[in-house]
Amino acid sequence: MNLTLPALGPALPEIVILVGALALLFLGAWRGEAARPVVDFGAILLLVLAGAIVVLLPGGTLSTFGGSFLLDPFARFLKILALAGAAAALLMSFDFLRAEKLERYEFGILVLTATAGMLVMISSNDLITLYLGVELMSLSLYVMAAIQRDSVRSTEAGLKYFVLGALSSGMLLYGASLVYGFTGTVGFPGIAAAAKAGSLGLVFGLVFLFAGLAFKVSAVPFHMWTPDVYEGAPTPVTAFFAAAPKVAGIAIFVRVAIDAFPNIVPQWQQIVIFLAIASMVLGAFAAIGQRNIKRLMAYSSIGHVGYTLVGLAAGTPAGVAGVLVYMAIYVAMTLGTFACILAMRRNGEAIEEIDELAGLARTQPMVAFLLGALLFSLAGIPPLAGFFAKFYVFLAAIEARLYALAVIGVVASVVGAYYYLRIVKLMYMDEPKAAFEPMARPLGFVLGITGLFVLLFFVYPAPLVAAAQAAAQSLF
Amino acid sequence: MTIAALFFYLYAAVACASAFMVIAARNPVHSVLFLILTFVSAAALFVLLGAEFLAMILVVVYVGAVAVLFLFVVMMLDVDFAELRQGFLQYLPVGALVGVIFLVELVLVLGTWAVAPEAMRAIQAPIPPLDQVSNTQAIGRVLYTTYVHYFQLAGVVLLVAMIGAIVLTLRHKENVKRQDVGRQIARTRAMSVELKKVEPGQGI
Repeated sequence: MNLTLPALGPALPEIVILVGALALLFLGAWRGEAARPVVDFGAILLLVLAGAIVVLLPGGTLSTFGGSFLLDPFARFLKILALAGAAAALLMSFDFLRAEKLERYEFGILVLTATAGMLVMISSNDLITLYLGVELMSLSLYVMAAIQRDSVRSTEAGLKYFVLGALSSGMLLYGASLVYGFTGTVGFPGIAAAAKAGSLGLVFGLVFLFAGLAFKVSAVPFHMWTPDVYEGAPTPVTAFFAAAPKVAGIAIFVRVAIDAFPNIVPQWQQIVIFLAIASMVLGAFAAIGQRNIKRLMAYSSIGHVGYTLVGLAAGTPAGVAGVLVYMAIYVAMTLGTFACILAMRRNGEAIEEIDELAGLARTQPMVAFLLGALLFSLAGIPPLAGFFAKFYVFLAAIEARLYALAVIGVVASVVGAYYYLRIVKLMYMDEPKAAFEPMARPLGFVLGITGLFVLLFFVYPAPLVAAAQAAAQSLF
Repeated sequence: MTIAALFFYLYAAVACASAFMVIAARNPVHSVLFLILTFVSAAALFVLLGAEFLAMILVVVYVGAVAVLFLFVVMMLDVDFAELRQGFLQYLPVGALVGVIFLVELVLVLGTWAVAPEAMRAIQAPIPPLDQVSNTQAIGRVLYTTYVHYFQLAGVVLLVAMIGAIVLTLRHKENVKRQDVGRQIARTRAMSVELKKVEPGQGI
């Protein structure tokens, strides 16, 4: 009779974050709001510490908990990305929350639990771990969306996200139960061994599983919640939503597709191609009419998820490497842009109208330059980082003979460039409006780093691309 | 047909019928009572499968706690469900269409029911034989060792739900008198009683 604990080492980042979150929760409950600065600082420290542990753990592929938890190079790459995104979003939130009188020590703790959920998702190697990770992340996100509880919009965002999220979890579970029923196992390697072409029931489960996952990454047609939630939630929460959870969602999408269903590629490939095309096209066209910059970013993120899925649709190591590079660059671009959005304050009030950015080049030339670079990059204009992100996924799609998909992607990208460039035109060509308040230091820090990354990526892209290729190779 | 199969069809039929009644009953209290009947039937099915631990957990947790809580909520909130159902007929055609599509898909799935041989092996392999280990022990062995993270993560999910409920609803009201034991004990006579010398015939 074997009653020993499995090795806990591979799960150390998650354990550190959760134990730390519990300690900070105790501190907060004991000291009240006086503990908030300590909790905020501690939360960032824990995220950095977890990132350091991910780097320092012995290399190669580690597996524990009966094979249901995997720490391979793929997981390491995405975990570091998710942790960096979460830490940056948390760092950017402090000034905004203080100005809006939303400072609660629970905010940092919810960021920690959500991040722990993402790490579990990224490492999951069976359906139960996957589901628990998804729920841990989603539940924290629902609460964060509604954290401005005296605002009707924030409450509505939280409620909408919760109801639709619960529905998508139901679809995910239904799909998981069908997959389990037709393969007799929940572990991805076991599913891969049992999943052969020709079993319609298994494909049925696969469709439901993908529908649930598509909801979590807000791919069309499961995107309906995104604009409303992004607009209604407080801006730092939106910045958090747009960065780290997407990384985790895409990670699990790739792992389920590549690890669990490698023998029925044509069956899931057509689903992913449809999701990619629909997301790219809707992201490009629906964003054109937006006046609110958070709604615009919501449609922008839908479009970018579409481009990322192009890499997955290829289903090759090059495609997955493209997905990883895309996610890294997307997180940088999104965080930088949100740093600018968070800095849009006038007379102590947050401003969300795009037109208010008019003439920013004359009032804040440095911010306008960096925001302009980020927007050009989001549009995918060379030689900025966003171009290379798109380049790698489209190249992988062409190598996999998905010519139509690549062409539609490029066309959508051109259409999408319109609304990014319109903001640049507003900033540089139009008459200036009253100046914004000077940017808070953490925002300037994040904007500077992401802006430089986006501008100078083309000089030395090798480390990121090589890391992504090594990570992608570990899946196949 | 053996007795076990007979009971299986009996409980399965009761579970399906009462599940239907949960959404069909006019009175929400009846809905919850039918929900309890569904749970009990499902528990009976577990007993037939030899999983008595899961059956008892289902009864204790779902019937004993969750469903009774539902009942409390339904009775206390006094929601007018008849009014909520006003648009029911209006949406019936669309709903029926979706239902028919799902039914056709399900029939297609069942029509090509094929379980991979690997699946059968996976099902038969890891379970320890019933005559050596009871299923309670079997679950306990893996739940607290190999798969301890399932258990812990589920606990964290519940904790987050609790934090969320407190964050979103708890309000510290001003001017509400609360008991503060430390302050009560630290109170001295000098802090609370003030002696006033009142001159005769003058009042305070």
